[in-house]
Amino acid sequence: MFAQTLSVKTIVAIGIGTALFFLLARFASIPVFANTTLTFQYALLAFFAVLFGPIAGLIIGLAGHILTDLHFGWGLWWSWIIVSGVVGFAFGVMMKGVNVDEGEFEKKSSIIRFIVCSAIIHVISWGVIAPVLDILIYSQPANRVFTQGLIASIGNIITTAVVGTILLFAYSKAKPKTGSLSKDR
Amino acid sequence: MRAGGTKTGLSYIDKNTPVHRLTGASKLLMVLFLSLSAMITFDTRLLAIIVVLSFILFVVSRVPLREMKMIAGFLVFILAMNTIITYLFAPEEGVRIYGTRTEIFHIIGRYYITQEQLFYQFNQTLKYLAILPLALIFFVTTEPSEFAASLNKIGVNYKIAYSVTLALRYIPTVMREYREISQAQQARGVDLSKNVKITTRVRGMVSIMFPLIITSIDRIDRIANAMELRSFGKNKTRTWYQSRPFKKVDYFVITLSALLIVAAIVMGIINGGRFLNPFV
Repeated sequence: MFAQTLSVKTIVAIGIGTALFFLLARFASIPVFANTTLTFQYALLAFFAVLFGPIAGLIIGLAGHILTDLHFGWGLWWSWIIVSGVVGFAFGVMMKGVNVDEGEFEKKSSIIRFIVCSAIIHVISWGVIAPVLDILIYSQPANRVFTQGLIASIGNIITTAVVGTILLFAYSKAKPKTGSLSKDR
Repeated sequence: MRAGGTKTGLSYIDKNTPVHRLTGASKLLMVLFLSLSAMITFDTRLLAIIVVLSFILFVVSRVPLREMKMIAGFLVFILAMNTIITYLFAPEEGVRIYGTRTEIFHIIGRYYITQEQLFYQFNQTLKYLAILPLALIFFVTTEPSEFAASLNKIGVNYKIAYSVTLALRYIPTVMREYREISQAQQARGVDLSKNVKITTRVRGMVSIMFPLIITSIDRIDRIANAMELRSFGKNKTRTWYQSRPFKKVDYFVITLSALLIVAAIVMGIINGGRFLNPFV
């Protein structure tokens, strides 16, 4: 099974990433207007998926969303849980090869790639996959779930593309790179 | 997790009830099977059985009254919101599903109250009631370390099981860290409230998230090193301190909940679809 090949570091990253996802989804929100808040767990999910790969993204998305649902107390809403996993996995796959630890995120092309990826991933997952699963699993009315999905994807694109990019860029800047030391003459 | 107290709603409460005595693995399978069958079916009778079962479990597991009150208030709120939103968006969904139309009275515009719609929304409410208490029961009656053992027992790779335990272990820690960073940044003038522009609020959030992530990455390195020093992951399997052997009652519970999935599928075949249709 794939999990046996995961490095110890990835396993720990999944654990801590899940805890952070839960924290951001549940306790760290900022008010936008009446009854609407902005949360940032998908920016974090993208960050961890880019750093630690698709499997980490998948599990952080699934486990983090399950914990959040449990804690809100509304039971497990499987269609959206699955989609959270898909989002994490997709970021890991689509950003494969960008080595943030070695400063590759400071290139303009990587940043543009990340923003385009966020738009594609969120529109497909919240605008298409989530509503379709809602209809298949829970027989929800179509116009309701597509409206919900649209709102969710807009919010998530904004938070991921803005906050995710800043976090990745700042992290990449803060990290000492290979060969960054030079001998004093 | 015990340190997290009751307010996290996910914490284990040590008691000696029949539900607590079940092994973690059989409770996990029971929750999965019951919520799966509640997901599949729209048959009112079957949903009612699952609702009754999960409420019996709720009572038997002696979840403290305080938690029940919180959950009950929340439940009523969620159910009410969901009912209203569904009705506003799709007042004729029931008619579409059941294929008949029995008007009771007319409210305004396209909003009619029909028997079909009432029945459809009643079933949806039952679905919520069926799955809601289950997950709570599982978390209140299962120790976190036994949870990992039970995940492993039902076939999840032990590495994944271990990372889930790590998550549960570190939630209180990252929460404390988040609070500290947030207060430190607020002392330095970061404002997340409605008094400032939305862009300022987002920037404030970034200034909290960034230190949080940097310390978390450090923490990941430290934990990973400690685990590697102890040869974590060298073998294909591992044993668990907390795992317990299955007893008769465990097999009974697993069989019973598996039967409910079978019932959901059989009912689907008998009713010719997921919906029980009393209108034809």
